[in-house]
Formats: sequence, structure tokens, C-alpha cells
Amino acid sequence: MNARAPIMGYAGQFLEIDLPTRNIAKQPLDADLLKDYVGGRGLVTKILWDRLGAEWQTIDPLGPENILLFFTGPLTGYFPGGRICVSGKSPQSNGVVGSTVGGELGVELRCAGYDGVVVTGEAETPCYLFINDSDVEIRDANHIWGKDAKETTRILTKECREVLRQRFPKYGEIKQPAILYIGPAGENRVRTAIVAAKWTHAAGYGGYGAVMGSKKLKAVVARGTGPLPEAADIKKVKRLIKMVCDNAYEHKLWRRWGTGAAGYEVGAKTSSEPVRNWQEEWHDEMTFGVDRFEDRVWIKQFWADFGCPTCCLKIAMVKTGKFKGAITDNPDYELQAYLGTNLGIFTPEENVFLASVVDDLGLCGIQTGNVLGFVAELFQREILTKKDLDDIEPKWGDVEAFAALAQKIAFREGIGDLLAEGTYRAALSIEKTKRVDVMPYVVHAKGIGIGAHGIRSGKDYPHNISYVCSVQGGDHTSTTALPLRGPGSEVWSIFDDSAVYCNFNGFGVKRKSKFDFYEAVTGLDLTLEEWYDVKALRILQMQRAMLLLGGPDLKWDSEKHDDNPPRFYEPLPSGPYKGRAAQRAKVKEDRKRYYKEVGWDRSGIPKAETLRKLGLQDVDRELNKIRRGDQGKRKR
Amino acid sequence: MPEKKRRPKPIWIARDLSRCSGCRKCEIACSLFHEKRIWPEASRIRVFMLIPGVEFPHFCAQCEDHPCVQACPVEALRVSERTQAVLVKSDKCIACGKCIDACPGRIPHMHPRENHILICDLCGGKPQCVKVCQEGGWNVLEAVPRVNRAYKLYARRPEEITRDLAVKMYGAKAEEFI
Repeated sequence: MNARAPIMGYAGQFLEIDLPTRNIAKQPLDADLLKDYVGGRGLVTKILWDRLGAEWQTIDPLGPENILLFFTGPLTGYFPGGRICVSGKSPQSNGVVGSTVGGELGVELRCAGYDGVVVTGEAETPCYLFINDSDVEIRDANHIWGKDAKETTRILTKECREVLRQRFPKYGEIKQPAILYIGPAGENRVRTAIVAAKWTHAAGYGGYGAVMGSKKLKAVVARGTGPLPEAADIKKVKRLIKMVCDNAYEHKLWRRWGTGAAGYEVGAKTSSEPVRNWQEEWHDEMTFGVDRFEDRVWIKQFWADFGCPTCCLKIAMVKTGKFKGAITDNPDYELQAYLGTNLGIFTPEENVFLASVVDDLGLCGIQTGNVLGFVAELFQREILTKKDLDDIEPKWGDVEAFAALAQKIAFREGIGDLLAEGTYRAALSIEKTKRVDVMPYVVHAKGIGIGAHGIRSGKDYPHNISYVCSVQGGDHTSTTALPLRGPGSEVWSIFDDSAVYCNFNGFGVKRKSKFDFYEAVTGLDLTLEEWYDVKALRILQMQRAMLLLGGPDLKWDSEKHDDNPPRFYEPLPSGPYKGRAAQRAKVKEDRKRYYKEVGWDRSGIPKAETLRKLGLQDVDRELNKIRRGDQGKRKR
Repeated sequence: MPEKKRRPKPIWIARDLSRCSGCRKCEIACSLFHEKRIWPEASRIRVFMLIPGVEFPHFCAQCEDHPCVQACPVEALRVSERTQAVLVKSDKCIACGKCIDACPGRIPHMHPRENHILICDLCGGKPQCVKVCQEGGWNVLEAVPRVNRAYKLYARRPEEITRDLAVKMYGAKAEEFI
């Protein structure tokens, strides 16, 4: 369809929206750029580097100089399970997170003829972006500013369909456009705010809801009536889609339960689930079993995004009692853990209720559960009192107290203003006012609360340095491991997030087949070696560079911050793996090995020679800023 | 062994809308079959989701009396004798939209790039949407023998279907979303 597309499988252009001038431009994407950086996470990293790299340290993630990106990849819409990657300078890590979210926006954008959208500057008044094929408008959003997820979705669906109905009176019924939006939390620049879709889907890691809010951009709405950008070999694509689906269909319980079985199992069996702010990682609360979720609250057992054969999502609704009417998805494992066990909550109804509160406010379930767990532990230890917490008493299991705090966070009211900064930043402030060391209770990596998979039992997938060396901090979907080419290494997440598809549908699919898929769509060869040794590594180094450059409010010192949270070194107090903990010496040793393998110096900074080999001389030059500063301090 | 050539009997696609996951594999399969591309908006079956969780496929109900065919001013629509599906002669169609207005469910829609209407043709008797829906085990769509039943009941507008399914799913709470 698009004559300008330089490579098969791509639209070949992106939209550039400058909010202050309301200028809308269609920018071509260069073939070499696409070959090297693929799409999604890779491409946003490159664009961010090129535009902001030289001033990275001074750019305020919530200021007008930050840019917000929404990018698809070549496999979006083709590989079963559509997603889109949201990025920018992260207000959580001050680095770059390729934060992906499900839903149909990626597919609609590609069918409208764009691989992505770049948003610059800040709007004067609330607005939303409405993309209908080649028509792109910035529309007023005053009437939806302040609205929650469900209201925003309802109003925008109705309004945009009405606009299209008037514009195309003879077309027939107009389908829903796809919507990405923020809730009140994003509007109020809460660092743990999400960019959301379909009531419950979230691009959580990174905190890009706050970036969107700082730009006064309430939503991106898109409808594309064209085909997906043409694939190089559609017959082969068809075969591969079938193969991926058949693989998914074989995993019957995985489809039936999604991640919803894990709220019990990860605690009871693998003992790696956060319980009461990670004071424990084991529980045996059968009230939290998947059978209870299935029997009591799931009203839709198979819920999918575009092309998805797995349907790990389920819709849950509380039908009776105090929390009647609360609706959310499963909750999935992460939210069962963070808005359940981590807060001492062990019933499906309370869990669904709290997840629905967080969804509606546009808060990240993981980060919010992380900060609420932290607050509850400080309350347990009497470091924070009822007086400090605006008369709220967050006792373990008190779901209404936690909901009240979430509400305060989203609106930055009272204590919520402090907690809206996220666990790590809140802890820095509390230390100053209370003069107590609260870092032992902060469970984060690089300002990002760690996903609900602990390392202490050694029975879950993350290990010693999974979070320590990840360029996306606590993000449980982008952990790392040694060897760099082995399973669990971050270079693999970089592929999923750059080609932009759901990694869940990739479970059990051979790596080679994923590369075949890429080849069938784009017509480009991509060998495993080329990916591991050059392309993925390039993206990884750039993300690492921006993470270390950091600023302006926080910078990461590798020696200190390339580490697990203190809690992971405390022996597990309960469960079948009682007594187990991460070993500092081993973590340091593995970290050293990782630095070496990935080409970083002893302070964790990418080496000049590593970068030169990858053609990243400009990154090397910028890193001199921190190399010099560091050398003065270095004693070794 | 020579294959027995039996003329397939006409089918109807039975639909159990509240089971729909919203995966849109039907759209993918339909557009791959008819357009040789993945092209959701050119699919003859379209999944509506006016409320999250309330997804359903919207496609020709194959009414017994075919009001769309009767409404066509240029004889671009006819009923296949073999399958009983409504077939579009795209070169004859003038994209006037009269068939849309005649359809109780406003089901036909325009081809997004070409100047003609789109209506499900049952893929000549072997509907691709049914195949993928069954493969996935959702069984929203099922091919059944076409007999004398009130198929027209299923020609309903997306808003009407949404309202019913939403109430079935979310109960009184659905009023807030409609």
C-alpha cells in the first residue's frame, strides 16, 4: 500500500506530533535504521539517543523536552498477540524502558500506515490524538480530563465513532478505534502511572503515563482501514501463525488459567512471591487458589488481544458483598501478588477490588503494590504512623486502607504526593525527614519496583544478577542472565520488544522460528549470531549508557546500584526454602563476569572498544562525562 | 480411490456470541482468504468491542428473505443457489449503501479501498472463520445445516448486541458502560 516502505512488513513512516505548535508531520523511516534497530524497543532507543543523548543528563522526564514514543515492530499484527511499545526518558529509572502493552493500537496504527508515533513538547490544554488513516488530528480533551479508565474508554469510543459516522455516512457500521489512554494518575504526573488500554492493560514499567500526563495528552486513538504492511512471504507467514497457534493450543492449562494460577503456586511451590513487602516469599493460603478465582470471580475465561491463541487474560467481576461491581482482568499473577499477597490480601474479591481501583486510576499495579507494601512495612515498624499517613492505617490485609492510599497517590493528595514519586524516591525523602534508614525495606532496581518474581529460593526464573544488570531495572519481563546467548538473557527480551509481539505466545516456540517469522515478514535475513553479537548488543549498550547517564534528579552508581535490594540478602524466614538468600560474594562475582562478557569496564560502563566495535562512537563520547567523574572517585 | 463428488448442502453459521474472546482470528482468516492479506477492515466478518470484554463477531445472518438483495437498485447482489450466501458482484455495485440500510443489523460495510460492498459469502461453503474459531476451541462459530429457521433474528445492530451481551456479562453495572 505504501510506496515509500523501504522494507517489507513496515509502513515505512511514523507520525511526528509537536503538541505546542500542533504540527503534524509524516516522517519516513530509513531502511538501514529499520534493519539495525528492528522496531519497538530498539527503534525508540535509537531515536531517543539521537535526539536527546547529548543532553540526556539534564532532560527532565516530566518536562517538555522529553519525547514520548509509541512504536510497533514488523511482527506486530502478524505474530499472534498484538502489542505496542511505549517509551521515552523514564521518570522512574531516568533511562529508557521499552514498555509494551497489549491491545489493538499497534495493529490499527500499522493499518493506518504508520509504524509509530513520536510526540514532542507539551500541549497548552488537555488533548488527545485521533488518527484515522491519513487524517490525523489533535482534539480537545477537556471533557475527559480527570476521567477514569472506564469513563475515558466509553466517551472516546462513542465520540470517535460518531465523528467517523458523520464523515463516512455511507460506509456502514464503524468499528471501535483502538485507544491508549491515561487515568488521573498520569494526569497528575505520578511516576508510577501507566499508559493503558481496554480498562486493564498497562504499559507499566517506565512510568510513561506520567510523561503522557506532563504533555497533557489524555489519549491516542487510532483506526486504520488498510491492510497490515505487506509481508515478504505471506504463505510462509500463514504457516508460521498456524505453528505458533498450535503450540499455544497444546498448553491447555496455561490457556485455561493464564498466569492466574500463580498467585497461589509461586508462593506455595516456588516460594518466590512477594508476601508482606517481601518479608516472606512463601505462603500457603489456599483461599488464593486459582480454583477460587475461577469459581467465584472469572466471568470471561478467554480474553484475547489481536490474533492471540492463548488468552491468558480473563475478566473478573465481584458479584456480591462489599466489593460488588468491581471489575478487572484475572488479576494476572503480578497483580495477584502485588495487590494481594504483598499486602497480606488473600481473597479473590479483595484482590479484584484493589486491582480495579488501580486500573481505574491509571496506576501501575506492580509499582503501586510495591510502594503500598513499603508503606505498610514502615507502619508495621512504627517508622510511619497514622499521623504521617493522613489518618490511614495500612495494616496487612486491610484492602480499604490500601485503596484509600492508592486514591491519594493518583491525585497526589497529602501523603499521596510523596508516594507518587515511587518507592525509591519516597524512601529518600522519608530518610531525610525521619532520620531512619529505610532502604532495607525498598525492593527496587534502578528506581523500578522489582516484578513479583524473587530470587532467593532459586526456584523461579530470575537469579543472582537478573535484575542487577538489567538495563530496565526491576522489569520482570526484561531480566538478564549469563551467558549472554543463553536462555533468560536480556538480548532475547530485546527481540520480543523490538519486533513487538507478545512473548507469552512465544513460549515453547523455537528461537529459530521467531527469526524465521521475522524473515517471512520482512524478507531480511537475520542470524542468531548477528542478533546476539551486534544488533541486540547495540540496543543494550545504548540503553545502558542512558541508564548510567541518568539525571537530572537521580544517577546510578554501578558499584552501589548494580545490586539486589537488601531484602534479597535476608534469609527466607519461612517455607520449603527457609534460610535461602542471595549471596553477596556470588552476586559480585556474577556481576563481574557479566560486565566482562557484555564489554563493560570494572565500573560497569560500556568500554570504548566495545562501543567502537558496534559503531557507537557517539555513545562512547557521551560516556566520557561519567567516566571522568567516576575515575576521580575510583580507588581500585 | 476416486473421491465421491457430493454436492455440499447449504450451511448456516450458528453463533454463540458471549463465548467470543475477541481474538479476531476470524478477521485474520477471512481477509487472508479473500484479500490474500491480513486486513481486518476488509474482512467480511468484523469483531466489535464497544465495551471491553464485550466482543462479538458481526457478519451476515443470511436472512431467509434477503432484504439486502431486494434493496439493491443495480442487481449487484444475488443469492447463491448452492450455498444460499449473498454474493456481491463488485463490478456492478455502485456503493450506494442501500443494502446497509435494508439490513436489520446494518451488517454490510464498504470495502475500505474499493468501491463496493462487502458481505459474507461463506467462502463458497467452507467458511474460514469457523475453521479458526473451532481450532482455537472457542466455538463461537459453528457450521450447521441450513434448514427453515428464523436466521433473521441474528441480523442485529452492534449497539443492540452490545447492550444484551454487556448486561448478560456485567449485570446492572453494564448501564454505566453503554
